[in-house]
Amino acid sequence: MTEKILTARFEKPDSYRLSSYVEDGGYEALKKALSKTPDEIIDIVKAAGLRGRGGAGFPAGVKWSFVPKESEKPKYLCVNGDEGEPGTFKDRYIMELDPHAIIEGAAIASYAFGAHVAYIYIRGEFKLPIERVENALAEARQAGFLGANILDSGYDLDIWVHPGAGAYVCGEETALIESNEGHRGMPRIKPPFPAIVGLFGGPTVVNNIETLSYVPHIINKGPEWFAAMGPEKNGGTKLFGVSGHVKRPGLYELRMGTPLRKIIYEVCGGMRGDKELKAVIPGGSSTPILTPGEIDVNMDYDSLAKIGTMFGSGAIIVIEEGTCIPRLAARLAKFYAHESCGQCTPCREGVPWIAKILDRVENGMGLPGDLDQVLKICDNIQGKTICPLGDACAMPIRAMIVKFRAEFERHVEEGGCPFGPTPTPWDSES
Amino acid sequence: MSNPASRENGVDGPITINGETVRAIDEIVKRYPVAEAALLPVLHKVQDQLGWLPVSALDWVAKRLGLPKTRVYGVTSFYTMFKRQKPGKHRIEICTNISCSLLGAEHLRDHIAKKLNIKPGETTEDGRITFDEVECLGSCGTAPVMLVDDKFYEKLTPEKVDDVLDKLNKDDLEAGGND
Ligand SMILES: Cc1cc2nc3c(=O)[nH]c(=O)nc-3n(C[C@H](O)[C@H](O)[C@H](O)COP(=O)(O)O)c2cc1C
Ligand code: FES
Repeated sequence: MTEKILTARFEKPDSYRLSSYVEDGGYEALKKALSKTPDEIIDIVKAAGLRGRGGAGFPAGVKWSFVPKESEKPKYLCVNGDEGEPGTFKDRYIMELDPHAIIEGAAIASYAFGAHVAYIYIRGEFKLPIERVENALAEARQAGFLGANILDSGYDLDIWVHPGAGAYVCGEETALIESNEGHRGMPRIKPPFPAIVGLFGGPTVVNNIETLSYVPHIINKGPEWFAAMGPEKNGGTKLFGVSGHVKRPGLYELRMGTPLRKIIYEVCGGMRGDKELKAVIPGGSSTPILTPGEIDVNMDYDSLAKIGTMFGSGAIIVIEEGTCIPRLAARLAKFYAHESCGQCTPCREGVPWIAKILDRVENGMGLPGDLDQVLKICDNIQGKTICPLGDACAMPIRAMIVKFRAEFERHVEEGGCPFGPTPTPWDSES
Repeated sequence: MSNPASRENGVDGPITINGETVRAIDEIVKRYPVAEAALLPVLHKVQDQLGWLPVSALDWVAKRLGLPKTRVYGVTSFYTMFKRQKPGKHRIEICTNISCSLLGAEHLRDHIAKKLNIKPGETTEDGRITFDEVECLGSCGTAPVMLVDDKFYEKLTPEKVDDVLDKLNKDDLEAGGND
């Protein structure tokens, strides 16, 4: 069950140092890759069924194949380490504990579509991850795994860290590119897609940290091995970050397609204090909430899409009975309102409006009609903005209202929250 | 919004950017095809040295990178990590986003606010501690979480928080945290 690919080295002392990485066969995949043609690499990654782990689940090899072979402007790879989606805490571990895996994966990807410069965009609050990745880059450069004529292959590549500075929207790929260029993180209209016009106007691939970290393993062990680990079109393992009311929250590497019920009740030891489950947010705060009747689902992109939610970043937030859903909805809306970049009217105006209404519902000042008003605002945001940040608010809020409507209505009718303050772990004994 | 004399952009006396910072900046600029792209990492370096970004520092950066001042003000104001008001000697930032909230982060926020006798977003009168409520810090598996002077403190309880506050008061918060 617990297949270790990315986390295999996490417990080793000095796992983040080059010596430790090389001792475990590190950079062998890069050597191998450089002896193949770029197209061969793309085919291998396509065959592996590696899908993007940043949220959208787009097949990595296919994305690389969209980059034009010939380009007047330099091509770039942007590695997405912005890790801002509430509930998500996986890339931080890779950066801290196995940064060379990211570098090797990024180098193979860059070679595959012809980039000679890559940037690893890391959220600014992550001081230790930034330090670890920068040190690892320096080690790799020193050892000749980066720089000019890598391993005598004639291929040149430089990779640099680009720190973010506290803006969730910069995790969105075109906002990330803007931010990487030194601008405000305002998403761009697509098309043109980054693969055609991206960083500094050149063809650009944006890939998540976790996505790229699988690539060396795929090169070493072959695409069949990787593909076989998950359901069709959902290859490999996944880092699941489980938070909330389970006995053992934390980071777990599991096969794609592991049943959600199993993750909650076996892998994480069940609910804290053996309370009843009330709801699960399956893939980070932007993904629609599930009720206990919906948790017999396999955790992969396609199975979750089938039941109307999303795999997202694999961040599972588990919620126990007695939790106030309107309070969560109000808190999430406040987050999205704070993070809206302000470019598109529906998101800039609509999201804070939702936040305001939900706040008054939670605090007993809700009016009849408020819930329908929120749903109407959601309709007016979804699909009507440049980037999906507005959707990322509208979709989960809508699901919360639709699935827990009676609870919201009770707040309005009773003029207050029936749940009382959030219980804390420290004054219950669980 | 970016009028340098406005409330958002704090004004300070003349500043000196030290040699170490300048050298670091010169290295950073080389990593990009255009100097403008270095703006975020450069602002970080300057802020690391000064503790915040007064207008004089923004003007210095604009000159160094050959950018219009307005460009630098505009970018600085977009990102929450860039401090345009002088913060206290220490900074406490507690996450109250969803996973932390489920495990009682609001109680801790109120607890800290009461102890310091300030609201989130404020600095204690003696200028020692700035306290703020922030969004998800990417450490939800070890919630509730706070950052103190850029170090992570995880699985917080009121006792742990009190311990950190005591140490901050005595100024003996070693390179603590649990990273
Ligand atoms: C508002 C918003 C925030 C996002 N934040 C992140 C993030 O923090 N990290 C990430 O890898 N992808 C994030 N994404 C997804 C990226 O846009 C992009 O799809 C991803 O980085 C592509 O990499 P992948 O194909 O390897 O998953 C975000 C998307 C949106 C709309
Ligand atoms: S919700 Fe607090 S760290 Fe993620």
